[in-house]
Amino acid sequence: MTVVHDNLEKTEAKMSAKAVSVFYGDKKAIDEVSIDIPTQYVTAFIGPSGCGKSTFLRTLNRMNDTIPSARVEGEIELDGRDIYRSGMDVVQLRARVGMVFQKPNPFPKSIYENIAYGPKIHGLAEGKDELDAIVEKSLRRAGLWEEVKDRLQDSGTALSGGQQQRLCIARAIAVDPEVILMDEPCSALDPIATAKIEELIAELNGRYAIVIVTHSMQQAARVSQRTAFFHLGKMVEYGRTSDIFTNPHEQRTQDYITGRYG
Amino acid sequence: MSPAILLLLALGLGLAGWLAARARAWTFRRSSADGRIASLPNYHAWYVALWVVLPVLAFVALWSAIAPGLVSQSVLASPAAAELPSFGFQRQTILNEARAVATGAAPGVFNPQAAGLVEPFRAALSHYNLIGVVVTLLIAFLGGVWAFLRLKPDFAARSKVERIVMAILLGASLVAILTTLGILASLIFETIRFFGMVSPIDFLFGTHWGPDPMANAANPDSSRYGAVPLFWGTLFIGAIIAMIVAIPLGLMSAIYLTQYADPALRKWIKPALEILAGVPTVVYGYFAALTIAPAIRNIAISLGATNPSSESALAAGLVMGVMIIPFVSSMADDSIAAVPQSMRDGSLAMGATTNETIRRVLVPAALPGIVAGIMLAVSRAIGETMIVVMAASTAANLTANPLESMTTVTVQIVAMLTGEGSFDHPATLSAFALGFVLFMVTLGLNFIALRVVKRYREAYD
Repeated sequence: MTVVHDNLEKTEAKMSAKAVSVFYGDKKAIDEVSIDIPTQYVTAFIGPSGCGKSTFLRTLNRMNDTIPSARVEGEIELDGRDIYRSGMDVVQLRARVGMVFQKPNPFPKSIYENIAYGPKIHGLAEGKDELDAIVEKSLRRAGLWEEVKDRLQDSGTALSGGQQQRLCIARAIAVDPEVILMDEPCSALDPIATAKIEELIAELNGRYAIVIVTHSMQQAARVSQRTAFFHLGKMVEYGRTSDIFTNPHEQRTQDYITGRYG
Repeated sequence: MSPAILLLLALGLGLAGWLAARARAWTFRRSSADGRIASLPNYHAWYVALWVVLPVLAFVALWSAIAPGLVSQSVLASPAAAELPSFGFQRQTILNEARAVATGAAPGVFNPQAAGLVEPFRAALSHYNLIGVVVTLLIAFLGGVWAFLRLKPDFAARSKVERIVMAILLGASLVAILTTLGILASLIFETIRFFGMVSPIDFLFGTHWGPDPMANAANPDSSRYGAVPLFWGTLFIGAIIAMIVAIPLGLMSAIYLTQYADPALRKWIKPALEILAGVPTVVYGYFAALTIAPAIRNIAISLGATNPSSESALAAGLVMGVMIIPFVSSMADDSIAAVPQSMRDGSLAMGATTNETIRRVLVPAALPGIVAGIMLAVSRAIGETMIVVMAASTAANLTANPLESMTTVTVQIVAMLTGEGSFDHPATLSAFALGFVLFMVTLGLNFIALRVVKRYREAYD
């Protein structure tokens, strides 16, 4: 049973999941999760390893489609339309719902080409000048422009881990998405790089709906306004981040955030 | 006594040394205060065993090389050998016969002169066999005792054994390198002899190939040794026609297998494709000569070509291209599969289609491996002989028409070496010069392939 706090103000839901279950073969990884992702907030998914939070995140832009045995039941709506309906163009969906992964995964191309990749495949820029402008804007938004503006032709893989992750965020921003999904974006980074990513998330907040999966409860407390706690494939509790951490309604949430398990 | 028995003997002695050393190390261990010794008993055992076996192996190798010489020498010194004919060939036949009878390989002599030599042969063989066995035992014993006496509780047997093993591994890798150098040396030697008779300029830049093995060897006609038609034929068949077939097909099959194919289907198709690499090239040759070449000829006629050749470069090149598909596809397959899943996910999450992901991310990231596979395939193709012999003939034509018959370097090497010329005739020696050129070209290709892989290796993470 999911406890959804009742003090949440009515906001416009960018995405909304309705009784979503995910199966890997016969194994049920997600059990009837329903949640509204608000437009103007950062939503954090927390929970112990294997609780299904990453799996659920990946259903939001249908990245689970790449796993042959995965099957999704229920409905996930983006602006009120089901993204699993037949005839839904996954390419369009992923342009609108971008994703940043656990390990920075820049392409083995130049920094410029990494950012230009998305705009090129979606035909967002008409000429070189327009593309240059998108690259610069994206890098500026990701707070990377000053560090790399003199070496845009260097390989993206030559950057440090933290810079690579910001490059991946810039790459996601470049196609002008509405939602950005982040799957433990700081788990491979040191504390300083982590702090920069968290700052960046705060800056991007409001412009994009952001969903972040994290292992670190402190990180969830720092960057998010909404928190959902997952356990054993179920969403246990969902509410304001401040409430979840100070006044959880569920015993399991209480146990997890106080470090009894996980 | 044969080397095999000596080897068995050495291994037996090695085992004895192993057991003795192990027992000794255990006594060290028991009598030491804390039950510890510098190395485990097994390392002491291996140390002694290696010191028994390795010197014996070295001796056996040496002995089996020099013993036959010593035996014949002592036989020739016997009075019965004085009546042997002096001409080398006859003399050798008689000696061989006597040896065969003496070792029991033949039931009796055919040549009466050999009969008298059987006894001396027998005596010499048993004499030197005895020496061999005694020296083997002596070496094994001395090596074993020397090693055994060095064993002490604080003896660093493990690091010694590891060093010996490393030396053995080094030796193994040197064998391949030394063989390459040996091949190169023998080629160079004969090539220099050839260039002493025919000018390298004529050979490398002449456009007429038609060595006459019956011509006067002392004064060869240099203008008949122009190898350009052969180089062109090799390049045209192996590097152009075959690659036009193999690169797209190999690459596309690799892409299909890694990105689109159902795992169950991939499990069948991939091995099936790799079987292609195991088909003997002579079988491809039949296919090219009996099926493809006539088909091409018929098509050419139906398209209005007048009098096309029944043996064509196109037939050989096409079949060769099919033959090397597995080389291209399996290297490309491996290197595409080696691109981390995170690259693929990253691209798909940007909203790229599978097709865009393959073209813009996976293939560029896998390019070094793909190029290396192609280079390997090229050097395989230009070294290929049988298909060309059977399908493209031996006529050295310098033409860009793929329907003409053509020949390659390898085919001419075979033709020249198995030809009617004596061994020191320039026509025969030209085979070595051709081989040398081929060797250098494939070496160069492999070198470039390695450099390409190194230079453009993409660090994914």
